Parts: sequence; C-alpha cells; structure tokens
Amino acid sequence: MNDRRLETLIGNLLRIGVLSAAALVLIGGTAYLAHRGAQPVTYKAFIPGPQSQRTLGGIAASAAHFQSEGLIQLGLLVLIATPIARVVFAAVGFALERDRLYTAISLIVFAILIFSLLHAV
Amino acid sequence: MTALTFTLIVFTVSGLAGFLGALTGLGGGVVVVPALTLLLGVDIKYAIGASLVSIIATSSGAAAAYVREGYSNIRIGMLLEIATTLGALAGALIAAHVSTHTIAILFGLVLGQAAWQSFRGNGADSGPVESDKLCTRLRLGSDYPVGDTRRAYGVRNVPGGFSLMFGAGALSGLLGIGSGALKVIAMDRLMKIPFKVSTTTSNFMIGVTAAAGAGVYLSRGYVDPRVAMPVMLGVLLGAFAGSKVLIRARVRTLRLVFGCVVLTLAVEMMVNGLLGRI
Repeated sequence: MNDRRLETLIGNLLRIGVLSAAALVLIGGTAYLAHRGAQPVTYKAFIPGPQSQRTLGGIAASAAHFQSEGLIQLGLLVLIATPIARVVFAAVGFALERDRLYTAISLIVFAILIFSLLHAV
Repeated sequence: MTALTFTLIVFTVSGLAGFLGALTGLGGGVVVVPALTLLLGVDIKYAIGASLVSIIATSSGAAAAYVREGYSNIRIGMLLEIATTLGALAGALIAAHVSTHTIAILFGLVLGQAAWQSFRGNGADSGPVESDKLCTRLRLGSDYPVGDTRRAYGVRNVPGGFSLMFGAGALSGLLGIGSGALKVIAMDRLMKIPFKVSTTTSNFMIGVTAAAGAGVYLSRGYVDPRVAMPVMLGVLLGAFAGSKVLIRARVRTLRLVFGCVVLTLAVEMMVNGLLGRI
C-alpha cells in the first residue's frame, strides 16, 4: 500500500457510493413522478414527513416495500454514508502503509463523526 | 406548480450549483438555498435539508475524480477534518446562546474581503516548494498535476490553518452554510497551498463536515425526498461536469469564479443577518 494506491481506492469508493445512491434516488424519483408528477405541490409551510422517511428503520421498511419515497431516502442514506466510509477506508489504508500518525488522525475524525451522529438523534 | 415542473426547475438549478460547487470547493448551498427559498418559495427548513444533500453530493461526486487524479491532498484533508468536525460540534453546542444574526453579518464582511482579494490576486500560485518544520514532520507536502507533469509543493503554518478550520467548522454548526469558503481561504492564504489543491481538498472535506450534521436534519424531517431527489441528481451531474472543467481550467479563471461565488455568499449572509432570517 502506498499513497497513490490509497488515492485510487478512495476515489473508487466515492464513485461507487455516489453512483449507487444516485441509482436508488433515480428509481424512486421516476416512480414518484410517474404516479404523482401531475399533482400540484407546495412547500411554503414546513410539515415534517412521516416516521417512515425520518428514521433508519422506517426508511428501510418503506424501501423494502418499493415505496418511491423510501427508495429516495435510502439513496440519500447511502450518500450520507459515503464520506463516513471514506474516513474508515483512509484509516485502514494508512494502517496498511504502517503510518501510525495518520491512522490515529483518521480514527479521531471517525470518533468525532460517530459522536456527532449519535448525539444528534 | 405540478410536481413534475417543480422537479425539473430544481434539477436544472442544482446542476448549476453542483458545477460551481465542484469548481470552487464551496459546495452547492450558495445556489441551492436562495433558489429554493426566493425563486420557488420553499420553506427554509426544506432548503437547509436540500443544501446538506447538495454539499455531500458535490463533495463525493467531484472528489472521486480529484482524488484519483491526485489533486486533493488526503493527509491535509484528514488532519484538518479534526478541526472542522470539532468546530462543528462546538458551533452546534453554542448555537442556542449566541446571536446568529450578528455572526452572519460579520461572516458576510469577512467573505466580502476574501472576494475582493481573489479579484485583485494576480492568479499565480505562490505556493513555496519548501515546507516548514512542522509540515515536514506531518508529511503534508506532495505534488499535483500541472499540464503533463506533476509539480511539487510545500505547506506552511499548520497551527494557523488548523485554527481557521476550527472556525469554519463552528460556522457550519452555527449557520449551516458557508464553511467551504473559510476552508479554501485557510489553505490558500494561510498555508500557502496551490489554489487547485486548496479548492479540491476543501471539496474533499466538506462532505465529512456535512455528514456529521446529517442525523439531526434527517430525524427532524428537513430532508424531504420530493425536494432532495432533483437536488441530488442535478448536483451530481453538475459536479461531474465541474470536475472535468477544473482539470483544464486556468488558476486565474478559477480565482475569478471563486471570487464571484464568495461575493454572492457574502451578500446572502449579510442580507439574511440583517433581516433576521438566519
């Protein structure tokens, strides 16, 4: 493992992450527009969506039933997970390079990320 | 307006947002938020959720190319992400106790000054070849593609850059927007990193800072699938196009585009601050 190889790996991870997220959003979006594309919409007032669009379990269940909103939200979850996975990849890559300092730095970033995410929900 | 019309308008605007975001390292929020709120009358909470999605999509979409081509510096990005993520936590913690209007106005002034400097800059990359002592120990120096060759560069002033990055993170925790601008300024001005490396490394970093705040926005329902869908797809296409253009673009041109986008952000910040909308 060297820096060039690590860059290629991280580049590929990001590409796979965004493309699979985009595929899910595209499928869900097409289904949504096919069913309700002609309906009028307004977003002037904020009304939080149902739990099935806001929690991990709800999104998973909704996507498993091939509901369009659930598929879009699942795609967005994959999108959000991509930078987090990138930090983990970097930590492993630096460990394989036997670069202790940057393995530690990557793990600190990962710990802060997880703390922020858990604290939020 | 029908769902189809709304989707098509948001998709088009988001394409522009992703393109500019990938070119400047600022993410797409500068374009997405005012387009949704002012043009389409969407509630600011949906716009904030959409902005978060646009930042992560720009970051990961463009970074895929930038990292593989060897523009983004992974070590610099990782080291400074400690500062931005800690800053974002601190910003979110103090958000309830400070006047965000005042902060938005002050931040707007800072950005106005940064835009002025980008317009006046001669477009040359002043990056020194030698790193200072700490940056050598941290192995931050690297090289990046210029034409067909790779040019080596050094890095200076990690403590200064680290502090400004903490501030950038805190601002993104407080205001939810605009941290990319300070990231580029910290790397370009304080750490003397070449402009293309600064913007692409900022682009690489903003996704992680945004992901840290994603949980909150998702659970509160700010990320609405019907609004986020065209934003994500449009931004991604725009970011892919932007990453192709950056590789061939001249630094002088990129600085001008950066200056224009930062100036827009400065005006947005001050107006929102003065009207008490932030």
